[in-house]
Amino acid sequence: MEITSSLFTAKAIYIGILFLVTLGIAAYSTYGERVIAAFLQDRVGPDRAGPWGIAQPLADAVKMFMKEDFIPSKANKWLFIAGPCVSMLTALLTSAVIPFGGKMTVAGVTFDLQGIDVNIGILWVFGIVSLGVYGVLIGGWASNNKFALIGAIRAASQNISYELAMGLSIIAILMITGSLSTNAIVENQMNGHWNILYQPLGFIIFIVCAFAECNRTPFDLPECETELIGGYHTEYSSMKLGFYLFSEYINMFVSGAVMATLYFGGYDFGWNNEVNEAIGMFWGPLIGVLALMGKSLFFVFVFMWVRWTIPRFRYDQLMNLGWTGLIPLSMFNVVLTGLAFMLEYTYGFNHWITSAIIWGGLVITITGALMYDNATYKKKKAVIA
Amino acid sequence: MKLTDRSKVLEQDELTLAERLYIPAVASGMLTTLKHFFKKPITIRYPEQKRYLGPVFRGQHILKRDEEGAERCTACGLCAVACPAEAISMVADERMKGEEKLYREEKYAKVYEINMLRCIFCGLCEEACPKQAIYLQHDKMAPPFLGRDEVIFGKDKLVEKMDDRYLREGWK
Repeated sequence: MEITSSLFTAKAIYIGILFLVTLGIAAYSTYGERVIAAFLQDRVGPDRAGPWGIAQPLADAVKMFMKEDFIPSKANKWLFIAGPCVSMLTALLTSAVIPFGGKMTVAGVTFDLQGIDVNIGILWVFGIVSLGVYGVLIGGWASNNKFALIGAIRAASQNISYELAMGLSIIAILMITGSLSTNAIVENQMNGHWNILYQPLGFIIFIVCAFAECNRTPFDLPECETELIGGYHTEYSSMKLGFYLFSEYINMFVSGAVMATLYFGGYDFGWNNEVNEAIGMFWGPLIGVLALMGKSLFFVFVFMWVRWTIPRFRYDQLMNLGWTGLIPLSMFNVVLTGLAFMLEYTYGFNHWITSAIIWGGLVITITGALMYDNATYKKKKAVIA
Repeated sequence: MKLTDRSKVLEQDELTLAERLYIPAVASGMLTTLKHFFKKPITIRYPEQKRYLGPVFRGQHILKRDEEGAERCTACGLCAVACPAEAISMVADERMKGEEKLYREEKYAKVYEINMLRCIFCGLCEEACPKQAIYLQHDKMAPPFLGRDEVIFGKDKLVEKMDDRYLREGWK
């Protein structure tokens, strides 16, 4: 009984720390976004609040809280309040199944650095991310504003379209690991044996879908300012708007962590076991946590980098890319992975050969497609006066 | 029907697969932005860092003293006449005995005022001055003011301080 209660305490403390760290990272992502945008555009960025603008998120939060919390008179009041809450809730729930580190021992209690180790880990992420669209949809609908409604509908159809390709790209990961548990997926990739070696195409599909799921540029059509004022959060103000924006940044961080978990070995940095033996079961896993954080933050940087590079897609281009581009590609990826692993099981190849087969298949397919295209493409003639 | 003979037939290719894949274009675009990420910023942190605006920038006025520290201005009023915004006004007075250290000529400006709300920083006062007494400093901007009572700058703010003399490029 004593063990259970101390395990419970350890988990409670871990979840509390994870919660705070997620919120802190989300807050500093807003600052990071502005600084990275500034650097990419040869500017200095926010530097007024504190040294190098370090206190900028605090200033932003104070500003958000001080603003008038306005609810339109024709809006559905309770749904209007529920929208941002659902967004925030789902954003925070996703990180529960991500293994942020291996087993840690503190004061004689050994526990996983993972909120809950369910055997359907990835399915949990998918379920919660799918629920996330309700936040946007409810908020947009409850606003009683045509722009908000269009934004919400766009968000819903975009998320549904891209979830298909995302799910199919994960199928290939599941074929490698044979388990839905995120912990098992990470343990399968230990010692530098990362899934990216087998899944280059799957990763590209996944990251593109992650952009769409997080409503980030180039797929930020639900909040497309040029067409829809503010999109689904047109009518929102004060901390309700803050919740929407905040949940977007949390989603970015969590999807970065999911990508690191699925494709880049999670908390693995090559010598986890050796380091654990050398410096003990407290500091060793902590380095693993830092490795995962580093990978996730790198993906957050990529999110921002892409945002300030690529212009927004048109809505029909977005749907076209999702349905006619990514879904067939991810199906092809599943077939290619299946073929490679069938050959591995039949002929007993080692994993380097499997990896080579997948990369080779990809290269051959791309070259073939390019050559076919080169042979058949038509020239249009246009008269310029 | 062709209206002119200058029309050209332009061969416009359909997008190839490589172009429709987006990925090469996206990668090259991201490379471009990454290069800018490591470049030095073009902008500066303004109130702390200031750019050199050149030797002909027209900033805050100054009433010069000569080498001995005597005021050069003789209150001739040419600057006030030249001023298109009528920002300058002055009251002349005669130099008393024993004031030779303070004023260079026999006549001096007892009051010299510039209304900074009127001034357009055209620099015509500087051109009009026969005694090289008034200059618009090239390295110092006029300070901001918050109330109407701070708007009119008198001699206390305009006359050059001997420990902080104004030097323009090319002067000794």
